[in-house]
Amino acid sequence: MDWPKLWMKIWWNQSIYLTLKHKVLFMQENQTSLDALQDIKQMMERSSRFISLSGWSGISAGLAALAGAFIANSRMAHYIPSNQQSDYSLRGMAVNQSSYYDLLIELIAIAIGVFVIAFVTAFFFTYRRSVSKNTPIWNSVSQRMVWNALLPILVGGIVILRVLYLESYTLVAPLCLIFYGLALLNASKYTLGEIRWLGYAQIVLGLINLWNPGWGLVCWSIGFGVMHIVYGFIMWWKYERAD
Amino acid sequence: MKNPISQLNKVFESRIRLGVMSILMVNESVNFNDLKQMLELTDGNLASHLTTLEEQGFIQVTKGFIGRKTNTTYTATKAGQQAFKDHLTALENMIKGVK
Repeated sequence: MDWPKLWMKIWWNQSIYLTLKHKVLFMQENQTSLDALQDIKQMMERSSRFISLSGWSGISAGLAALAGAFIANSRMAHYIPSNQQSDYSLRGMAVNQSSYYDLLIELIAIAIGVFVIAFVTAFFFTYRRSVSKNTPIWNSVSQRMVWNALLPILVGGIVILRVLYLESYTLVAPLCLIFYGLALLNASKYTLGEIRWLGYAQIVLGLINLWNPGWGLVCWSIGFGVMHIVYGFIMWWKYERAD
Repeated sequence: MKNPISQLNKVFESRIRLGVMSILMVNESVNFNDLKQMLELTDGNLASHLTTLEEQGFIQVTKGFIGRKTNTTYTATKAGQQAFKDHLTALENMIKGVK
């Protein structure tokens, strides 16, 4: 028997075993720290952002806006003689005083109808998503998001009421777009951040519309209709397709 | 170099306490029910972990009322925020150490 050689062999095997064991332990520690970091990230996100906003909400609101714009356009064509449609002062366009008020009331009714349908359908899709994701729809996070969106919208609504009273109708569409854009930007800190790009786009469109008063209905349709649908589709593609 | 494992804070070994601190790092103050909802826990379970964090001086408890219902809110203290940041650094070092 060659004792020294045998001892060498045993010592060698032992040390390999120890190194391996150390490595395995270390790998496990490493995995635990990664898991912990994942947990932290998830809790921070879940507790500060409302993540159940559905892309379908954007699509449904956009379709409602396009339908509304289409109806408004046909009603305006009904009241306004085609040879005067290049004049955008509304009062000048209408045939007489009483039909001017009829048109105004119809347009306001259409706007309210669009808002209600868009809001209800948008809420429905987001509610459905929050149920399937098992996250609460009404907690301090969603409350913060709603409050931050609502404030610019309320201020904008008051400004637009005043503008209607002053009969500066060409300002209505751009102001809708600008205040809505600011609302999205303000709320983007408390929900999926991509919505801020929709906000920027609405603001730019509104500013362009300010200097091109004749494009009111077109800009309004692009902003509230097309851009909502595009945004909704991108968000659906990015977050919900896999579900 | 010091062993990174020794720098990990024992208080944050529990996933629940780690979760509570993560939430309080990004929110100024959060009430009991919201914490319970976000962490998906029972009253008793959450309460015992909150007590531990309070005893460590990591969170501050404010008892108030909304109407007649009690409304207890929790805020991370300066010490708690520092301890959490140190814990994060330790986790980071552990991952770097293996690479």
